[in-house]
Amino acid sequence: MNTSLVKYILHLGDTTLILAQQNSKWCGHGPVLEQDIALTNISLDLLGQARNFYQYAAELMNENEKSTKDFIQSLGMQTDEKITEDILAYHRKERFFFNLLLTEQPNGDWGQTILRQFLYSRFQYYLYEKLQEHPDTQIAAIAAKSIKETTYHLRWSSEWVIRLGDGTAESHERMQNAIDNLWPYTGEMFLPADFEADVKIDFSGLKNKWLDAVTSIVKQATLSLPENENKVYMHTGGKEGRHTEHLGYILTELQYMQMAFPGANW
Amino acid sequence: MPAITNDTVQKVWDMLATVADPEVPVLTILDLGIVREVKVSGTGENEKIEIIITPTYSGCPAMDMIRMNIRLVLAEEGLKNYTLTTVLSPAWTTDWMSEEGKQKLKAYGIAPPNPQQNVCTPELFQQEEAVQCPRCESWHTHRISEFGSTACKALYQCDDCREPFDYFKCH
Ligand SMILES: [Zn+2]
Repeated sequence: MNTSLVKYILHLGDTTLILAQQNSKWCGHGPVLEQDIALTNISLDLLGQARNFYQYAAELMNENEKSTKDFIQSLGMQTDEKITEDILAYHRKERFFFNLLLTEQPNGDWGQTILRQFLYSRFQYYLYEKLQEHPDTQIAAIAAKSIKETTYHLRWSSEWVIRLGDGTAESHERMQNAIDNLWPYTGEMFLPADFEADVKIDFSGLKNKWLDAVTSIVKQATLSLPENENKVYMHTGGKEGRHTEHLGYILTELQYMQMAFPGANW
Repeated sequence: MPAITNDTVQKVWDMLATVADPEVPVLTILDLGIVREVKVSGTGENEKIEIIITPTYSGCPAMDMIRMNIRLVLAEEGLKNYTLTTVLSPAWTTDWMSEEGKQKLKAYGIAPPNPQQNVCTPELFQQEEAVQCPRCESWHTHRISEFGSTACKALYQCDDCREPFDYFKCH
């Protein structure tokens, strides 16, 4: 088993799972019913993408080889049970989640949730565009499937950034605060982790594309990026399992049932 | 030999044609284009069947139920030697929906998908698709939200009869 590849698949799955979990907290609390439904639909897409990645990672992790067993143990999981998508989501501790820090940042107000989705969807779109050509055909298939959904997410979130940024003084201020809060978590997307060494992606090209698109929409929204946006201190570590204080709380809630009643089923 | 094989393939397709979509029960999984292929190898006792399906959306919660319903129908017909495989590529598109399926959707009160067009690109604030009201057939309709009651639908309202309705959005 190629451990770098499996870690990469987990990183992709964790990122979409955690964002799905965060967005889903808006269910029943959205500003209007239609937008509540929009965000929960987006959550559902992201959750489905996470399932596809986890199912594939689980398949690869069920090889009966010592090195694979060692790898499973290195992620703090037991090797005597079959790895499944649920085990990967519910039986892994914070230190072994490799999601982007951006996705675990708090929902804040509606503006911050929108901006988080916008920053990620833009990135996801350009990344998956490349991943569709990944030599691993299952990763390529998941990316090609997901990008059709991401297109909806990125359109929806971009339009809302413009609407709110160029809206009232209040909505403008909230969007600007959201940019200032979340910007320090965007640098990590373009810093390849060890397990990304084999992923033949031009990260600096990806960053330029992303930054161009984000800059143009932020401008259209009459908002601004932080001053000297390239010099802002960037938080990193999510891809290596070093997280902000938020992930622990997210997982406590997400994993509660399986921790309290292991193997519970209905 | 091929004749026997085709016979089996046809029988399996006929069985699958009785499986309804749990969320839009007027559609069968064949109308939706979820079943991609039925393959048969070997003959007699050694005959093996593979049914290949693909999900509509990654997070479609109906997929688990669809798989279960396929198994139930095949079990009722006494079919045992088969595998049910899910593939993601090529990705499902509304262009695979049958004409009959589109008519059934309309009769059910859901506007059927238009052929794929520019709304599937990431351009912002695109002109909305012209979607026909499934009740009064008026083209004077507007989009309320690109996201609706399930992953595959958008919410529209008719400007003539004023009824809100679901549109099975192009994907
Ligand atoms: Zn009408």
